[in-house]
Amino acid sequence: MSNPIHYDTVVSAVFDILKKAETMLPDDVVNSLKMAVTDETSTVAKEQLEAILKNIEIAGNTKVPICQDTGILIFFVELGRKAVLDFSLEDAILEGVRVATESIPLRPNAVDPINRNNSGNNIGKGIPDINYELTEGSNIKITVAPKGAGSENMSAIKMLNPTEKDRIRNFVLETVLNAGGKPCPPIIVGVGIGGSFDKAARIAKSALLKNVDDMNEEELNLLEDINSLGIGPMGLGGKTTALAVHIKKAHCHTASLPVAVNIQCWANRHASVTLGDDE
Amino acid sequence: MVYRLRTPLKEEDIKELNAGDIVYLSGTIYTARDEAHARILEMAEEKKELPFDLKGSVIYHCGPLMRELDGNWEVVAAGPTTSARMSKMTPELLKIHDVRAFVGKGGMDNVKESMDNKAVYLAFTGGCAALAAMSIQKVTHVYWLDLGMPEAVWELEVKDFGPLVVGIDSHKNDLFLEISKKAKAAYSKLE
Repeated sequence: MSNPIHYDTVVSAVFDILKKAETMLPDDVVNSLKMAVTDETSTVAKEQLEAILKNIEIAGNTKVPICQDTGILIFFVELGRKAVLDFSLEDAILEGVRVATESIPLRPNAVDPINRNNSGNNIGKGIPDINYELTEGSNIKITVAPKGAGSENMSAIKMLNPTEKDRIRNFVLETVLNAGGKPCPPIIVGVGIGGSFDKAARIAKSALLKNVDDMNEEELNLLEDINSLGIGPMGLGGKTTALAVHIKKAHCHTASLPVAVNIQCWANRHASVTLGDDE
Repeated sequence: MVYRLRTPLKEEDIKELNAGDIVYLSGTIYTARDEAHARILEMAEEKKELPFDLKGSVIYHCGPLMRELDGNWEVVAAGPTTSARMSKMTPELLKIHDVRAFVGKGGMDNVKESMDNKAVYLAFTGGCAALAAMSIQKVTHVYWLDLGMPEAVWELEVKDFGPLVVGIDSHKNDLFLEISKKAKAAYSKLE
């Protein structure tokens, strides 16, 4: 039997990954932004990207959040089926969020959808959004992805007809076109194809966690099309509208073809931790 | 061209700005997003006076991340929010108050007529909250904290806040609209 994982370990691990995600961008994203500065020929585009890189440096050095929109917090938990826990994992994650909100600090972003009252601590009905997946072994892997509203608001879903697979590319391009400078480009585009109405959106979101450089031919072609639109950094024109396109697919009903496009701003924030003794 | 401006802004100050110019702002700015805009308009309808003065003012589309220390507020991170959400309320706001500049990100829809000879839209790089915070010297006041931290109106003292790109000038030029038109043309070729 594996060693039990303790409540306090989870709370401090959640705090640590939140602090890391909010104040430091993953290296692959930073490198991709650096390459974009070299590629751009327009002065405005270069200046926008340089401001972004300067901001990343300041946030990392001073340990303050990269963006004031510290997002709603989305957790992906891979729970080993042999893991031993004598407490509520959800309670531990919520406690980590509570502590992080107060001490990093994070902006309280969770509000009631209708009366707009702010809960003050990023916790509310269904929020943070915690997704569980059962895996082999006894480890628990927790990933957090803070998601800002600027890019989330520009995301879209469409239930295409099964014979309209040629429309997928148009739908992705139209979504990016319609978003323009609003989602803080250069963006990362997560595309979920298939599944169901909600599954398509879910896989589109998890596609954003992939390494920006990890793209196949289909994704690279779509990236090229997106960047030919010339929206550029912050919608002020340029070659870099998107840094990456990531597509995930799932089987779907024979009568359906759901397509979800989840847009992520340049601040593609996420961090993970693995707890347990499995190698 | 690069301009350094100080608040309160005069009509002459903004009339010389053209889309694409760079501006650095110093002086007082007020944050206001969705809920604050709605309340400003509501109060005008009810003929109530605002607790702050918007004459010659700069409105910053921003929901800052603040920290309270010993009863004083300090800025942690304060980048711009998506300005387009305030597009619908802006023409009405400009009819009532002499706001001279809006600072935000991503551009605004259908506002250039209402800004004609009156106001400008300045774009700061989205997501650059740590960078923006460095030019904020002081939190002077907070109004309407009942709306929550992001939606409250924060009066901030800034020094050389920028670089801000003139996105919409007071002569009906809109940089974002130009880029968007070009993008649509590029898309029609891809279809």
